[in-house]
Amino acid sequence: MFKNKDRYLSLILVMPSIAAVFIFIYVFIGWSVRVSLSKWKGLTPDYTWVGLDNYLQLFADPRFHVDIRNTITFTLIFVVGSIVLGFLLAVLLDQGLKGEAFFRTLFLFPMAISFIVTGVVWRWLMNPAEGSRMSGLNLLFSYINFDFLVNRWHTTPNWGIAAIALAAIWQMSGYTMALYLAGLRSIPQELREAAQIDGASEFQIYRHIVLPILTPVTLSALIILGHISLKVFDLIIAIAGKQLPLDVPAIYMWQSTFDGLFYGRGAAIGTLLLISVAVLIIPYMRYTLKSESQL
Amino acid sequence: MNDGARTSTGFGNSKLEAPVRSFRPGKSWLYLPLIFMTIFYLLPMYVMLITGFKAFDEVDLKTMWDLPRSIAFDNYVAAFENLAPALKNSFVMVIPATLISSILGSLNGYVLAKWKFKGADFIFPFILFGMFIPYQSILIPLVQFMNAIGLSGIPALITAHVIYGIPITTLTFRNYYASLPQELIEAARIDGADMLGVYRYILLPISIPSFVVVLIWQFTSAWNDFLFAVILTGNQDWPITVALNNMAGSQIIAWNVQMAGAFLAALPTLLVYIFLGRYFLRGLLAGSLKG
Repeated sequence: MFKNKDRYLSLILVMPSIAAVFIFIYVFIGWSVRVSLSKWKGLTPDYTWVGLDNYLQLFADPRFHVDIRNTITFTLIFVVGSIVLGFLLAVLLDQGLKGEAFFRTLFLFPMAISFIVTGVVWRWLMNPAEGSRMSGLNLLFSYINFDFLVNRWHTTPNWGIAAIALAAIWQMSGYTMALYLAGLRSIPQELREAAQIDGASEFQIYRHIVLPILTPVTLSALIILGHISLKVFDLIIAIAGKQLPLDVPAIYMWQSTFDGLFYGRGAAIGTLLLISVAVLIIPYMRYTLKSESQL
Repeated sequence: MNDGARTSTGFGNSKLEAPVRSFRPGKSWLYLPLIFMTIFYLLPMYVMLITGFKAFDEVDLKTMWDLPRSIAFDNYVAAFENLAPALKNSFVMVIPATLISSILGSLNGYVLAKWKFKGADFIFPFILFGMFIPYQSILIPLVQFMNAIGLSGIPALITAHVIYGIPITTLTFRNYYASLPQELIEAARIDGADMLGVYRYILLPISIPSFVVVLIWQFTSAWNDFLFAVILTGNQDWPITVALNNMAGSQIIAWNVQMAGAFLAALPTLLVYIFLGRYFLRGLLAGSLKG
């Protein structure tokens, strides 16, 4: 029923976009992988083939080990924190309390601002100065006699990245709340009522009915937050700058490439990041798109 | 779940609107954790705002939690003087970037949803994957490419935001157009509309809400972007995120001015969120593919 002219026109309309995406994503990825297999170091491109040398050097590099450790710590705290907090907030907001819309708007507003703004503010909230120079959250804790909470935040040895994760939870937990709230609202009321009639307690309803239904939401949240934490960059830069104890792959990639001009290594880190994101995202996309086409 | 992707970009009530449910008086203790969490979310905003309103001689890290004794605008004026060029750069960059990627997304979504050419279903996931890639994996070629074609500064940044915005704008529009009945298009075709006519007279007018969702989403992400900005722009055309970060990293500019600057940098997207929050939310949910 479609005329040929229309078919060609539709192709012409999407071609520029498809070509741009093809070049800027797939050609660039290929290009970047090629750089990662070269010994390019310095201002002029050098594509001399060195095989997996850059990768092998990275795996033996103590700094990269710190990066991996920091990424794992950050991911665990950030993802688990955001999911637990987001779920609890969603359940609270689903109780039919007055002012629900107000609280919902409030919990979500950090999503609208940039990691840089969040970082600049949290950097002063998490000021590690001690004694008479104490300020920020530490000062607040000592005002209310919660001195045991006073700590060195992102300057804590080995665990500094956890403080960054706290700021990230502040920013992103509203997002998981929104995901869960949308999930909760899609559960038919009759289902809960039926369980109530059968004598199930509120807790049992959540444990045996609500949580299983929300599994896909949890999966989405895990994957979206997980891939964000692999890419974390701005937030750390804004809170602490480029400091070795708070190093992550994205920062190492940056410094290798644009500060150290070691393009080969920068590209190798970028490629490793891409692989780890792809491992998370591709199965998720397959699952999501498949369940869509079955409808 | 698929319903989610559709309603989240379509018309109707936001899915987060509560079903009519009566308030249960026995649950008023639930306000306790809610208020506690409110404090957690507002604390950074509180410090940012009150610090901005303190007079210079009143600013001290040791009294950062105290309310200002009188209202002054010293910090905002100082921050604005410092950041005004960057704020302007951000607007000059964000507006075209947002408009162009939204229009492209709408056209792509239309063709992919309604004019399934050979391979359309194959191409869609490939476009979508672009939404998630870590930009570190394309950064080196991006810089080389921009240098090679002689694009730099704000035009280069606009180009990057337009192209890397295509996946999410295409996704949002495709989901919305796919939810519209095919009969709508066939009826218009019987009336003699061609491919572009269907778009111009049928789909475009009813996709205004989707446009709002996508425009807000693109505005927010381009405004808040740091990575592309820091790599593609220099001193003269830094957008606000880069300028603010450099301001915060410098030893010369006091923390109170940084706080005021952070507030100025956050204001445009905060205003969008406050006034168009429900559209913002739909964009968020669409960003998780299914909502």
